[in-house]
Amino acid sequence: MDFDLSEEQRLLKESLDRLISDRYTFEQRKAYGQSAEGWSRELWAQYADLGLLGLPFAERYGGSGGGPVETMLVMEAFGRALALEPYFATVVLGGGFLRHGAGEGLCAELAPKIAGGSVTLALAQTERHSRWNLADVSTRARRDGTGWLVDGEKGVVLHGDTADRLVVTARIGGGQRDRDGIGVFLIDAKAPGVSRRGYPTQDGLRAAEITLAGVRVEPECVLGEPGAGLPLVQRVVDEGIAALCTEAVGAMAVMHELTVDYLKTRRQFGREIGSFQVLQHRAVDMLVALEQARSMAMFATMMAAEENADIRRNALSAAKVQIGRSGKFVGQQAVQLHGGIGMTMEYKVGHYFKRTTMIDTAFGDADYHLRELARRGGSLVAA
Amino acid sequence: MDLRFTPEELAFREEVQTFFRENLPPSIHTKLLESKKLAKDDIVSWQRILNKKGWAVANWPVEWGGTGWTPVQQYIFQEELQLTPAPQPLGFGVTMVGPVMIAFGSEAQKKRYLPRIANLDDWWCQGFSEPGSGSDLASLRTAAKREGDYFIVNGQKTWTTLAQHADWIFCLVRTDPQAKKQEGISFLLIDMNTPGITVRPIITIEGGHEVNEVFFDDVKVPAENLVGEQNKGWDYAKYLLGRERTGIARVGLSKERLRRIRELASMERDGDRPLIEDERFREKLATVEVELKALEITQLRVVAAERHRTDNKPDPASSILKLKGSEIQQATTELLMEVVGPYALPYQPEREDEERWNEPPIGPEWAGPVAPTYFNWRKTSIYGGTNEIQKNIVAKAILGL
Ligand SMILES: Cc1cc2nc3c(=O)[nH]c(=O)nc-3n(C[C@H](O)[C@H](O)[C@H](O)COP(=O)(O)OP(=O)(O)OC[C@H]3O[C@@H](n4cnc5c(N)ncnc54)[C@H](O)[C@@H]3O)c2cc1C
Repeated sequence: MDFDLSEEQRLLKESLDRLISDRYTFEQRKAYGQSAEGWSRELWAQYADLGLLGLPFAERYGGSGGGPVETMLVMEAFGRALALEPYFATVVLGGGFLRHGAGEGLCAELAPKIAGGSVTLALAQTERHSRWNLADVSTRARRDGTGWLVDGEKGVVLHGDTADRLVVTARIGGGQRDRDGIGVFLIDAKAPGVSRRGYPTQDGLRAAEITLAGVRVEPECVLGEPGAGLPLVQRVVDEGIAALCTEAVGAMAVMHELTVDYLKTRRQFGREIGSFQVLQHRAVDMLVALEQARSMAMFATMMAAEENADIRRNALSAAKVQIGRSGKFVGQQAVQLHGGIGMTMEYKVGHYFKRTTMIDTAFGDADYHLRELARRGGSLVAA
Repeated sequence: MDLRFTPEELAFREEVQTFFRENLPPSIHTKLLESKKLAKDDIVSWQRILNKKGWAVANWPVEWGGTGWTPVQQYIFQEELQLTPAPQPLGFGVTMVGPVMIAFGSEAQKKRYLPRIANLDDWWCQGFSEPGSGSDLASLRTAAKREGDYFIVNGQKTWTTLAQHADWIFCLVRTDPQAKKQEGISFLLIDMNTPGITVRPIITIEGGHEVNEVFFDDVKVPAENLVGEQNKGWDYAKYLLGRERTGIARVGLSKERLRRIRELASMERDGDRPLIEDERFREKLATVEVELKALEITQLRVVAAERHRTDNKPDPASSILKLKGSEIQQATTELLMEVVGPYALPYQPEREDEERWNEPPIGPEWAGPVAPTYFNWRKTSIYGGTNEIQKNIVAKAILGL
């Protein structure tokens, strides 16, 4: 058992840290966010040069064959930066569907383009009434010769407004919430029948509502087994949860640092506010919440590649519970301990708070996962 | 980064488990499983079994009988003690006064006391707290005055755990009343059989006798019983309190408790189904399990970081072990209260005490210790430095506030 990074991982971390401190100051981020697409194409190209976009792909596809630990390092750095680029949507989620669900031909075509930065992806899974139930799918896919025609509406598709291709879940058979009968399709975002309404999100990213009207999908663009797509979706979502957990830890760590620094500089009643014990203890409680979250993000990273789906889901649910709870506490207290300044759009801390809040609402919040964990009833702590 | 144990570490765990299975007396095991009190003899005989194997003082340097295990092995050993469950070697000797003697004691002291600590020939207790000096320990007043080859000790210690069994007590005493409060304190070893010492029980809220008051009335202590230098006792005490980094979280103990809670909640009926099927109960259980899993990983991070430690700066993660560990232990006692329900009520102390145990139980066989354990476990956020004091320390030492 060891928590050390390998030499290569250490170098990756160093180059990420350098990139973030050079290119992701708060002011720079604001400028990227104000561009038409809401993120920086120039940085995206730089990520490609650094090998970040090909990270999880095999070398024969132009990738570097990285695993969950490499993804963790990237996501934590992006959490610290509050990065706006569609890395999570494209590389973690989209890349996950390619790796676990696409045939050789599709991988050979698409993975190098993702790695090179010329194609971005988004996952169109949530629907207006599905909440976090991955099996709740009303969008339909029907046979059309050798291919398929997809009809339906998808919502809160992260980076769906700029994505070149969309990974879409659609029902081939069964009732709206049946676990069987789900298919996963890769759709060109500019294909006839696709319409998108893009918008900014609370946390400064972009998303889209997407309507699919008789969109044609070729047979090679079906991911996984048509009709048995749920385990594939679940698997990729679990990897996504692990990535979001580490992103949240990066954001929480910054909030904690900002808060402790502020306690040492802000003066009231003739002394540093950090000399007030009630604030000291609050800062310690934040540290405890942060470190517990960090531990669970590591656990999630380790368990994301677990083949046994039950064990994996319990682990990822547990991590999401911890991240949700810690994130809420650290975020709220970070704002509170800054007083009025913490409430302003001009100041960093609120932006981190908004991001961790939205991470909680992605793929199931803390209460949802606690309920799932309790419902499944498996013990987490069995030695 | 690989959070799995190596094959060698797993083999080591196997070895520890096998030894415990084959050598832990079943009567002791049963008492621990059922949260019953251990007798002094139980603790002594088990520590002697461990000592024969060379495992009683696993954490000490090899030359004094330690094992030379890696931090991960030490962790596994501790965890297996808690999971089995088996009694811990007596901490006052093994993790407190022993290491202090090894670091600061004279050769004569080491030769005389250390082997007897390992074999539990001497039962040690800790005389730090006083009625007027708890969190503000450095204000302590028990006085030791040098007269020829002796110190004459007068004063009172309190909360002294298991002093009723003790042969020896290690005390912080004031040797220089004039100096700044931290600078006039010495670390003194006192034979409990010396004339002038009186031990009085303090009964804690659940009805048990764990702690005592210890009075010193002109107690003559040979000067050779001073550890290290006179008036340097505060440094040694800080060393002692700062050493226990990873054991305090007691993750293994909480794991074992949760296992027991699941087992009992599957047996207890709630209407026409077992309690374990109640959603709200399961959510509470899951909540504690999530926190414990996180703490386990946090603990492993601290253990793994041990080998990179060069200075004495504590790992930020280590600071949270006592805070979270005590909260989680307390939460498990609350869950057990919920499992036992109305049969938490009967007070049946005699069932804790084997000798007088002949009446049939009231309610479920296992109910007796549940409420007492809940009450008693409030202590974990008080002793060893209260959780508020822990936060003061973290705020200062780690956050620099
Ligand atoms: C079961 C049990 C076993 C024990 N065993 C031993 C033993 O074997 N040997 C031994 O020497 N001692 C032992 N102790 C004593 C223990 O270490 C003390 O109880 C503890 O240090 C607290 O001191 P106190 O009881 O005087 O409380 P106080 O220090 O009076 O504290 C009262 C309350 O005030 C809070 N408080 C105090 N100062 C501050 C501050 N600066 N900031 C914020 N809050 C503060 C505390 O957190 C607590 O909530 C034992 C205690 C118990 C309960």
